[in-house]
Amino acid sequence: MGHMGMSGGTNTLAALVHLGGTGKYISWGVIQISLANLIIIAVMIVLFAAAIILPFPKHEARKK
Amino acid sequence: MSAQSADTFAVGAEKDTWTGRIRRRGLEELPPDRLLPDRQPAYVASWIYVFGALSIGAFAVVLLSGGVLAVEGPSWWHKSNAGLFVNSLHMWSTEFFFMFMVVHLWAKFFMAAWRGKRKATWITGVLAFALSIAAAFTGYLSQQNFDSEWIGTQAKDGINSTGAGAFWNVLNFGQMLMWHIVLLPLVVAALIGLHVLLVRRRGVVPPFAPTDRQLAKAGLSLTGAVTAPPAASGTAAQIPAGLSTQIPAGLSDEALAALIELPAQGPPAQEPPPPSLPGPADAAAPHEPAAEGPAGQDPMWQLPKDES
Repeated sequence: MGHMGMSGGTNTLAALVHLGGTGKYISWGVIQISLANLIIIAVMIVLFAAAIILPFPKHEARKK
Repeated sequence: MSAQSADTFAVGAEKDTWTGRIRRRGLEELPPDRLLPDRQPAYVASWIYVFGALSIGAFAVVLLSGGVLAVEGPSWWHKSNAGLFVNSLHMWSTEFFFMFMVVHLWAKFFMAAWRGKRKATWITGVLAFALSIAAAFTGYLSQQNFDSEWIGTQAKDGINSTGAGAFWNVLNFGQMLMWHIVLLPLVVAALIGLHVLLVRRRGVVPPFAPTDRQLAKAGLSLTGAVTAPPAASGTAAQIPAGLSTQIPAGLSDEALAALIELPAQGPPAQEPPPPSLPGPADAAAPHEPAAEGPAGQDPMWQLPKDES
């Protein structure tokens, strides 16, 4: 199997994230969402805000 | 080339052929400098404008990694280290494709990017997004593992309830695989191509006109007589027609950009012409694009008519 060839670093990461385990779900009334999806949505919101707030690098005007 | 064949070409060139019509129409709608521009409007100098290009980049990785998976087959992507890597690359590039596309969608929604004859651009983007979801779903069904079986058996009732199950069977692996690797990628790629061509044709949607409050914050006002702004170094500017503006001297480029469009980061004109300011007669045509922008700026970058 593929996981037999994993390095030590990969095993450590897998132990932290538990990719093979049962998914965690968050329930709030009728709303139910997996933790993974919630994290993805949060990352997208952060990305959206950062793209608006962070200054875009300016380049010198090109010379002919 | 013989004289006879040259005559044949000459006669053919005079005819009104469908190839000639397509060429003329193509050059008219998308001239080369608009199809592959080397200048951009000043307002796209923001991170929020990069997510469309990032989506296309991620989509290219999806197609390339998917092509490798198709060549090698399921045994390879399940059992070998290289196969597992490419399989993961395919999945994660899809994740990034959707993430970039969603941020792009949010940005364009809040910009009301369908303004200025850009409705077709918006619709092709929405269709590309919707069909990408279908492509990703058929990808989950094509994994060839217990996960894909579980998803297929869980989804069949939902699909059947829509009536689509009669001809689109999620438990038919061969059908789902063909949709995933042939039909949907072709349609999504075609829609993305059309979307990009429409962006080239209509230009990137400009920001909303500044409000009175924003103008006041920048030290500007929309009342009073028109006075010429100082000629900023390397800056050629044009007030959009219809904006009667009183502009104080010594404005920074940022403050000026709050009201007007500046040329992109290309070379400045040798002798920047004085800003073209509209007179009272122009007030009847607000936001009308100028016939020729400043410093050779293409009129497409001017503020378009707001037809929304």
